[in-house]
Amino acid sequence: MTEKIDIRGACDMPPMAKSLGRMSWNKTGSWRNVTPVIDYDKCTRCMLCWKFCPDLAISCTDPPEIILDYCKGCGVCAEECPVKCIEMKEGL
Amino acid sequence: MAEVPKKLTIPAEEYICSGHLACQGCGAALAMRYALKALGPNTVYTVPACCWSVIDGPFPYTTLGVPLFHIAFEAAAASACGLSAGLEMVGKKGVNVVAWAGDGGTADIGIQALSGAAERNDNILYICYDNEAYMNTGVQRSSSTPWGAWTTTTPARHFKKRPKKNLVDIMVAHQIPYVATAAMAFPEDLIRKVSKAKDIEGTKYIQIFASCPPGWRMAPEYAVKAVRLAVNTRIWPQLEVEHGVYTINRKPRKYTPVAEYLKLQGRFAHLTEEQIEQMQEMVEREWDRLLFLEKSTHEMAGLPLAGEKAAASKEGGAGAAAGQG
Repeated sequence: MTEKIDIRGACDMPPMAKSLGRMSWNKTGSWRNVTPVIDYDKCTRCMLCWKFCPDLAISCTDPPEIILDYCKGCGVCAEECPVKCIEMKEGL
Repeated sequence: MAEVPKKLTIPAEEYICSGHLACQGCGAALAMRYALKALGPNTVYTVPACCWSVIDGPFPYTTLGVPLFHIAFEAAAASACGLSAGLEMVGKKGVNVVAWAGDGGTADIGIQALSGAAERNDNILYICYDNEAYMNTGVQRSSSTPWGAWTTTTPARHFKKRPKKNLVDIMVAHQIPYVATAAMAFPEDLIRKVSKAKDIEGTKYIQIFASCPPGWRMAPEYAVKAVRLAVNTRIWPQLEVEHGVYTINRKPRKYTPVAEYLKLQGRFAHLTEEQIEQMQEMVEREWDRLLFLEKSTHEMAGLPLAGEKAAASKEGGAGAAAGQG
C-alpha cells in the first residue's frame, strides 16, 4: 500500500492504532536542489553508492540507477564513490 | 529490472522504504537500514521520542517493514521487556525484541529503565544510535555530547567542558552477556554485531555511532566520511565486550589526527590549537586504557589475545600524531 490515505475528520481515522500504509507515497525527490548523475563509463559497479544511500534512492541493480522520485540530494554517493564517477549537478 | 549485482558485501534485502522523513545524509536512517538487514522480518521495535519517531512518518503510515511501537521517552527498555515477556507468555519464539533509542533516550532519560532491564537480564536487544545531542528537538546538549562540542545549550563561548558519558562501561558493569559499539560507516561490522547479538539470550546492548549533518554543522555529503574518521582517529573505538572480555575490533595501522575529524564539523570550529591538542591527549589516554582493558580481561579469562597485532598497532599509535595526513 503506497497510496496516500485521505483523513479529513475523526470518522476517517482507522479504528485501531495500526499502520495502514508505507511512507513511500511521500516523494522526497522534491527536497533536492542538486542531482546526482552517474557516469556509467567510469562506474565499476562496486555498489558503494547503494550501500551508503540513506534514502534507498539507488537501485540494487547492475548498473545502479538513481531513483529520482526519492533522492534528497545529500551527495553521500558522490563523496563515497571510489572512482568519483557521480557528479552533483545543480537543479532537478 | 536488471539483476542484483553479485559482489555485495551486505544483504540486498531492504526492510525500510524510501520516502521517510530523515534529513539529507541522515546517519540514523542508515543505521536502521543496516540493523534491519541483520535482524530480518521477525522483529519488533519500540522507539521512544528520538529522531526515529519522526523519521518513521505520521500515523497511519510507517517506513519500517516490521511492527514499531512509539513509546514514552523514558520507557524504551521497559516496553521492550514487556513485549519480550508477553511474547514468551503466548509461546512465540524467535522474535527479536529491539529497543531503538537515541543517545538522549539512552544516556539521560532512559537510563533507569535500561539499567533495570540489564539488571534483570531480560531478553532484549537495546540499540542506541548515538548522534551526540538531542538532534530531534534542535541540537541540545546530552550527556553523550563529547568534550568541546558546540550545541544550542552549550554555545561556542561556553562549550561542553565535561567528557562524553561512557555508556559502554556502564553497561559492562551490569554484567550482561554482550555489549558492543559499531559505526554506521562500517556496515559489515555493524551487521555482524547485530546478527551476533540477536542469537544471544539476555540483555544485549549495541551503541551505533551515527552522524547528524544538521546538528554537527557539516555538509550532508560528509555523513559517512565523518563517522569513518571518528573510527580512524580512535574517537569512536569499535569494541565488543562478551561477558566482560573486551575486544577492540578495529585497530587502524596508522591513526589519523583528531584535527582531521574536527575540521569537518562546524560544532568544533571554535576550538583553538591547544584545545585540539588537549582532545588528542584525551583520545590517546582513552585508547591506552582500552588496550590495557583488552589485555587484562583476556588474561583473566585465559583467552588468547592477538598479541603481535596489538603491539604493532601500539607502535603505529606512537607515531600517529606526527604522521598521516
